[in-house]
Amino acid sequence: MSELDATGGGDLHLKQVQKFRLQDKFFHHATQLFALVVLAALVGILISLAIEAWPSLKAFGPSFLWTNIWSVPDSEFGALAAIYGTVVTSVLALVVAVPVSFGIALFLTETCPIWLRRPLGTAIELLAGVPSIIYGIWGLFVFAPLFAEHIQPPLQNLLGDVPVIGGWFAGPPIGIGIMTASIVLALMVIPFIASVMRDVFETVPDVLKESAYGVGCTTWEVVRNIVLPYTRVGVIGGIMLGLGRALGETMAVTFVIGNANRIVGSLFAPGTSIASTLANEFGEADPGLHIASLFALGLILFVISFIVLAISRWLISRSMGSEGL
Amino acid sequence: MLDFDKLARGTLAAAVGLAFSVSALAADITGAGATFPYAVYTKWAEAYQSATGNKVNYQGIGSSGGVKQIKAKTVDFGGTDAPVKEEDLDAASLVQVPTVMGGVTIVMNVPGFKSGQIRLDGTTAANIFRGAITKWNDPAIAALNPGANLPNLAITVAHRSDGSGTTFAFSNYLAKQSLPFKRDVGAGNNVNWPVNAVGGKGNPGVAANVQKIKGAIGYVDIADAMKNNMDFVALKNKAGNFIVPNQQAVADAAAGANFKVKGMAPDLLDQTHKNAWPITTATYMLAYEKGGDATKQKGVVDFFTWSLNNGQKMAEELGFVPLPPNVVKMVEAEMKNIK
Repeated sequence: MSELDATGGGDLHLKQVQKFRLQDKFFHHATQLFALVVLAALVGILISLAIEAWPSLKAFGPSFLWTNIWSVPDSEFGALAAIYGTVVTSVLALVVAVPVSFGIALFLTETCPIWLRRPLGTAIELLAGVPSIIYGIWGLFVFAPLFAEHIQPPLQNLLGDVPVIGGWFAGPPIGIGIMTASIVLALMVIPFIASVMRDVFETVPDVLKESAYGVGCTTWEVVRNIVLPYTRVGVIGGIMLGLGRALGETMAVTFVIGNANRIVGSLFAPGTSIASTLANEFGEADPGLHIASLFALGLILFVISFIVLAISRWLISRSMGSEGL
Repeated sequence: MLDFDKLARGTLAAAVGLAFSVSALAADITGAGATFPYAVYTKWAEAYQSATGNKVNYQGIGSSGGVKQIKAKTVDFGGTDAPVKEEDLDAASLVQVPTVMGGVTIVMNVPGFKSGQIRLDGTTAANIFRGAITKWNDPAIAALNPGANLPNLAITVAHRSDGSGTTFAFSNYLAKQSLPFKRDVGAGNNVNWPVNAVGGKGNPGVAANVQKIKGAIGYVDIADAMKNNMDFVALKNKAGNFIVPNQQAVADAAAGANFKVKGMAPDLLDQTHKNAWPITTATYMLAYEKGGDATKQKGVVDFFTWSLNNGQKMAEELGFVPLPPNVVKMVEAEMKNIK
């Protein structure tokens, strides 16, 4: 009896193990397949963009990147104005959004009364969920007229005569342009950056903060010396997430940037971004070089996003190294 | 839903007789192309379906998309604002007919001036839209508006940022008026606007920019201008009269045009009728001379025949201008080539 039991039990055990192994193998391959689909999609997009953009890349060569011409009637295209608009609006948006988000996150985690935390936090998350076209419509119909009427003229009076900086605020105050697009973008990315910052600030162990308060640190000193160093990686990640969103934002920017395919030094002047040029011109693009150049713009946006991602990875790994984490 | 359809179809068949039961056999048809006639095609399709039971589906994907799709035979008819050239029609064996007309208007936002209170001629308008005239009190504008107290206000040109048949018609008109405009700005769906220009997406985008920016001047189609209650510039036509745009002025422009050309796309710009609105345009339908599916081909002809004869009122309500009756007859004759 006992012998039979032993062999039978061993057999059963073996079968069980084999079954589990098979399950594991299946699970591994299935999940691998899903992950590979993402990779295939990425490579597929890249290749199809490159193929469609090829006529333009061939015709204009690398100078496509630094040529400041976008003329459909003459079939001459260069990406500089769109790249300039994309980078300037995104960077300006971050300049506005990062300090504000930082303040929001700090208030929520450090000094906010408990009863206000949930409603404020939820409000920020809701703001992140507002569709971008709503921001665009609000920007065009509400913000731009207010900006033209009450903000641009005083700014011009104040800074218009300052050398160098004055030029940034030149031109008729029409309310739409690079600056308006940057501010609307800033409003759009604040919820993203603020909620990531809040989440990472919350991960700081209380014991660290309490010890700092215990030796007499002020709130700012705690933030500066405990919270920020502890959460550096997460904060950079949050900022990069915001930058990624700003670079690719399409509808809201199209509404308020003024859609002019040229570079004017003034931030009050209309400009364009890669995404808004695509949104504007794709529908009625002429076959041939025009459409190929639009694909080339798409490819450039892809590369810019990739570079941003790479930089953020590098920053994160560098700060992890220096912290010895 | 199904029962209701059956019921409606049954009642109609009983009431109108055999004619409709034949057309009820026609297959659903699909069209794609210009966004400009989208509103009126959709309205017609709705009315046509409730009258005959046949479905017509139109997608506003843009004129060049419409031409592409019909050439690729993925749709039963294409829509385009820029007419396809005669030789291209022959090469692709396509039939092209106009379906409905519209006008492009010049709208402005100058404090103190209402609709029709600022007059421009073609050359001055071209100089404004190419950035050569930058103030509202420019001598060239003042000369056309004697006695008007024009403000010393910067002009902002509001234009379409998306490639558009509206831009096509407007820039072609201005290019005809002024060689410098043709050279600097060009003519087409997308052109090179001057430095003092702001782009808005779609006619509503341009309308919004003109309404928000003091000193703005822009161009939108007559339907959107009326819907937004905008202030028109009075434009001098070929006969020398200053015209404030309305649907009648567009119809007058068409009355003098000769549609008896291959492709039925005469130049409607700057017509000689004394009340003609100078920037008049038509939108066109493209179909194959010989399609693979005879019932679908017939479906296309039936839909447009029905719409041209029953849809004038719907078109007018949407701000479009129906084709004159004699042109409708010509379109019907031309559509006999769609088999």
